[in-house]
Amino acid sequence: MRGMTVIVKTVSSWVKVLIFLYGVYIVVFGHLTPGGGFAGGVVLASSYVLLMLAFGREFVEQDLPLALDSKLDCIGAFAFAMIAILGLVFAGSFFANFLYQKYLPGEPLRLISAGTIPLSNIAIGLKVGASLFLVFFSLSICRRGKGVTFDSPAGQEQE
Amino acid sequence: MAVFYILLLFVIIAAIIAVETKNLLSAVICVGAIGFGGSLMFLFLRAPDIAITQIVVEVMGLIILIRATISRDLTFISGDREFFGTVVSVVIVFVIFLAGIHVFDTLPDFGTAVFTQVPDTASQTYIEEGLERTGAANLVAAVILDFRAYDTLGEATVLFTAIIGAMVILRGKSRKLLEDPD
Repeated sequence: MRGMTVIVKTVSSWVKVLIFLYGVYIVVFGHLTPGGGFAGGVVLASSYVLLMLAFGREFVEQDLPLALDSKLDCIGAFAFAMIAILGLVFAGSFFANFLYQKYLPGEPLRLISAGTIPLSNIAIGLKVGASLFLVFFSLSICRRGKGVTFDSPAGQEQE
Repeated sequence: MAVFYILLLFVIIAAIIAVETKNLLSAVICVGAIGFGGSLMFLFLRAPDIAITQIVVEVMGLIILIRATISRDLTFISGDREFFGTVVSVVIVFVIFLAGIHVFDTLPDFGTAVFTQVPDTASQTYIEEGLERTGAANLVAAVILDFRAYDTLGEATVLFTAIIGAMVILRGKSRKLLEDPD
């Protein structure tokens, strides 16, 4: 995939920043405004999907290698499970909102409030964004018909 | 209220076109139109959380489906329907329709939530004490990440497992293609 014309490339290189920022906003303000981890994660993934449609696969692979993407996926899932277990450790029950109840009550309608809910939103956003981009990536690999492995740089012939 | 009927008509027409058209790309675009109609309905029902999720997932799904269908060899559907299959599906749809009439009779009116009529429901507690007990101004976030966080954990696990399965299957296919090009 060589990418599209210069017009598409220019416009998408400007727009991708805005889409990424909007995704970050939805994830971080998920406990205050509509949205949350899942929707924001999909927006984050779609900014990279736009980049990949406009510039081609090789360009995106320099920016966000496949190995890094799978690591981000695992980090998101691990962080969400750890938040749940920390609730068990600090407040006595799984998924207890220990930050809000004990350490950092915060003030409603402020960015730093609601204890573990923003942290869970960030973990879910990371997980969903990385895994949806992985879905898109693996489908376009399958479409090309050329094989790649996930531990070596994509497109490189093995053996 | 009229806007819901207009959107419903739009969605039904799009669904019929998606089933009946021979071109795969038009079918995929019509499926996208169904999703956008649904997200507009959620917006008019004052559910912005679900509207955002619906529209975002719809765009991603549309792009993935278009990438998967375009530039395949098979972009047109050909062949006639079998007589037996048509009869069976019409009978099943009719049975579901008859059952649906009874179900819709027992539902509360459109736009009136059940928890406003039944006292002491769980959702009443969430609405009254949600802000005070979790500190989250967005009640949806309070429910999915605090009161009902187990659901979210299960959903995340399902997504994680699905990605692992898809990557394992596609990787095996890629290796086989690598050993035997073309």
